[in-house]
Amino acid sequence: MKRYLLQRIGFMLITLFIIVTATFFLMQLLPGTPFTNPEKLTESQLAILNAKYGLDQPVAIQYIQYIGNLVQGDLGYSFQHEGRTVTSMISDRIGPSAFIGLQALVIGAIIGLVLGIVSALRHNSILDYGSVTLAVLGMSIPSFVFAALLQYYVGVKLEWLPVALWEGYSSTLLPSIALSVTVTATVARFIRSEMLEVIGQDYIITARAKGLKENQVIVKHVIRNALIPVVTMLGPLAVSIMTGTLVIEKIFAVPGLGEQFTLSILVLDYSVIMGITIFYSALFILVVFVVDIIYSFLDPRINYKGESA
Amino acid sequence: MTGNTPHLPPHQDLQAQNQYAYDEIPSDLFVKAPLDQRKSEEIGTPSVSFWKEAFQRLVKNKGAMISLIMLVLLIALALIGPSMNEFSYREQNLVHSNMPPKVQGMEWLGFNGQDSQGVDQYAERDVQINYWFGTDEFGRDLWTRVWKGTQISLFIALVAAFLDLVIGVIYGGISSFYGGRIDNVMQRIIEILMGIPNLIVIILFILVLEPGITSIILAMVITGWVGMARVVRGQVLQLKGQEFVLASRTLGASNPRLISKHLLPNVMGPIIVTVMFTIPTAIFFEAFLSFIGLGLQAPLASLGVLIEDGYKSMRYFPYKLIFPALVISIIMISFNLLGDGLRDALDPKMRK
Amino acid sequence: MSNTILTVDNLHVAFKTQTGKLTAVRGVSFDLKKGETLAIVGESGSGKSVTAKSIMQLLPTATTEVTKGDIVYNGESLLKMTKRQVTNLRGSEISMVFQDPMTSLNPTMKVGKQIMEGVQRHEQVTKAQARERALDMLKLVGIPQAENRLDNYPHQFSGGMRQRVVIALALACNPKVLIADEPTTALDVTIQAQILDLMKDLQKKTDTAIILITHDLGVVANMADRVAVMYGGKIVEQGTLDEIFYNPQHPYTLGLLQSMPKLNEDRSQPLLPIAGSPPNLATLGEGCAFAARCPHTMTVCHTYTPRDTVSETGHSVACWLQDPRIAPSEEAAELVETGNSSL
Repeated sequence: MKRYLLQRIGFMLITLFIIVTATFFLMQLLPGTPFTNPEKLTESQLAILNAKYGLDQPVAIQYIQYIGNLVQGDLGYSFQHEGRTVTSMISDRIGPSAFIGLQALVIGAIIGLVLGIVSALRHNSILDYGSVTLAVLGMSIPSFVFAALLQYYVGVKLEWLPVALWEGYSSTLLPSIALSVTVTATVARFIRSEMLEVIGQDYIITARAKGLKENQVIVKHVIRNALIPVVTMLGPLAVSIMTGTLVIEKIFAVPGLGEQFTLSILVLDYSVIMGITIFYSALFILVVFVVDIIYSFLDPRINYKGESA
Repeated sequence: MTGNTPHLPPHQDLQAQNQYAYDEIPSDLFVKAPLDQRKSEEIGTPSVSFWKEAFQRLVKNKGAMISLIMLVLLIALALIGPSMNEFSYREQNLVHSNMPPKVQGMEWLGFNGQDSQGVDQYAERDVQINYWFGTDEFGRDLWTRVWKGTQISLFIALVAAFLDLVIGVIYGGISSFYGGRIDNVMQRIIEILMGIPNLIVIILFILVLEPGITSIILAMVITGWVGMARVVRGQVLQLKGQEFVLASRTLGASNPRLISKHLLPNVMGPIIVTVMFTIPTAIFFEAFLSFIGLGLQAPLASLGVLIEDGYKSMRYFPYKLIFPALVISIIMISFNLLGDGLRDALDPKMRK
Repeated sequence: MSNTILTVDNLHVAFKTQTGKLTAVRGVSFDLKKGETLAIVGESGSGKSVTAKSIMQLLPTATTEVTKGDIVYNGESLLKMTKRQVTNLRGSEISMVFQDPMTSLNPTMKVGKQIMEGVQRHEQVTKAQARERALDMLKLVGIPQAENRLDNYPHQFSGGMRQRVVIALALACNPKVLIADEPTTALDVTIQAQILDLMKDLQKKTDTAIILITHDLGVVANMADRVAVMYGGKIVEQGTLDEIFYNPQHPYTLGLLQSMPKLNEDRSQPLLPIAGSPPNLATLGEGCAFAARCPHTMTVCHTYTPRDTVSETGHSVACWLQDPRIAPSEEAAELVETGNSSL
């Protein structure tokens, strides 16, 4: 187990290093410098700015410096916001994103589980068709389309919930609901198919042959075993939530990381784009890793000890 | 046969209903009949080819068939829609800006030319021509733009899916067919690519490549092929271990023959299914990029650009958002349902 | 016949398929006496597994249906019982052991817990008592270091050990009837013998009646008191072990015996396979199901279904060759002769 963990961590670091390197050199390919836009700057002012951010150094030196700083958790300074470090910008912005993201995950997981379980237990009934249809809609309709419609009908027309901005708990609801749709659909579809598969297994017949009551069979054997692989969905779900936050925070004016990212893209704030890219990638890699570890505890068949032997 | 006196079976009452009067069976039937070897070897159901059976299963799937019809309809509209009236997708007419949708005879459906205040803009501004989906702030006809946008979105998605297919099949095929060290190295590369959220890569590449149709396609293909490569590799590895491939190899089949006769036909199903799911993903990414401002530049339209435009003026002109949003949703739903249907049809065991 | 514990009477079971009903079991009748072992023999698709599962009512109700007949346990019809009553009988009165020990245990539950579940369901016991019982059962079926093994997961056992666990699970509540559906088919030959010995041994200790479903005549010879031979959803011949092995009357039974290698016989003697393939249940109409493959087939066999001919000893055969109207031709004599000389 220990050896497996070390291997995995090593591989994670290599992946992250490749991402950082690729991002860094891609940024070098970008047209112009971050200071091309403000035309008021004179030659000498530009030179001072370039020197300040080390842009006059050769690329190799810049790269080594960047890696060196990164190891210490320093992602450099924003080019657009005078004197602000990228690290502080990320830490200021992560709160709202994490809040609506986790809230969406909880809402989506609960509704998705209920829909999926009901669907599988009432296979081929109207309930099943209904929730399968809902799941297809949720998977298919782009989250920003759904968010925009939600904002228009619930926010503007019905005025039930705040249209946008970050003022109190009620303003977190619409963005969370918009984000949760994909989660709901994914979880519902997944748990449904897992349960249908488990129901067809021989050991369910064994459980029935033992004389267990039908609800005991369903709860202790079917649902329990179908829930375990749901953990593996956390990786893809984390990605879908991250993707979702980019547009949904823009739509609902949530002061989160996603909104910062789209803003920085529009004003070409390279260091912030790079910083957030690296942060997202690291987060994703970490989620996948944690999911694998959790899964190995939940499913007794998976045994990493075997790998070290 | 002494001692075996025939008498009725113990459960006589239940069996009686389908028994004949045994004594009435004519004795001349008790003669040896020739054994018909063919009859005993007869196979119960006629054999149907795999593809034919899959097709039959697909046709039975109502959702998939409706989706197929919807897609054919939408593709046809994307092709001929822009030329169904006299407007072009880029022609501006500021006098006719922000006209609500109006269709003769479909007023009851909301195509009545009234804006969100209930004012009939056509009467107010004395406009004689009907704009079916209304116009945008530059007076461009939205009917034309929506179908032109659909055309471009579909084009981007199809080209991206095709390139994913080509790269994925070649990469996955080589990796799995040759195996060993080649496979090992190629798999490590895939693992690293899988470790990166692909949206981030797409955004970075778009930034570098300057927004445009080509750069959007390229950016999507850079990460998109990985999924296809994994499907192909998985399938080939699974097939390689099976006896019929081993048998064919033992009989001296060459590699090209093995690939074309045994591997490809069996990998076809999963490949088709994967393509069917790649297309909606590509459509989603295109719209997504346009929505965060990395899409096509005006006056070019794609569904994403139109949704972004529509979203900005949603409060006062909701129709600008609703039409492109509807089209993209129908396309996504149809591709997903068709993909599901194909998966069920091609591999009933894979059913999810 | 007061010691009869289970009676299956003219059982018909049909599958609902897309093309209509397909009758897989078409009139199976047998009695099971206390403590005896009845082997049901037949090739794949003969309906033996379906018969077994329909006794326990473990067939999916959405796709299967008992269309005719009855199953009587201890004087009560299982088919007329409520769902709850049937559930109460399962595991406590009638138990089942399945073919593949690799898939018949829940992979994410400790084996001890899986045995305890059944005990706790049927008996008023504390958790500790149930655990004690599980431990006793594991010891009984010969699992070494049973104390430590209670908390292991199924994948930590070998195939043979797993089948022992399945047997322990089935016998945990002292059932009167054990249905073993090809219990050794998925196991290595050496392990097969161990499992069979275990089952025989346990049967002596617990006096459980066993219905043994198998296609392996070797297993039958080893275990059975009585044998029922199934073909095309019907029992074609039924009798004691000796009657079936030394005095087979049905051409199918004879064919089965002749296709089995014997240790004491000249090895140069080729095995005689039964020509043709099993019948297609969907197109099977009136007449004997075996007629198309039978070397002694007569005109009557194709149009009329033969009824059971039962001897005084209870040896019953469903074959027109038993009919007195048959011309005392050479074939009948030949059949009896080959039947006797084959063993």
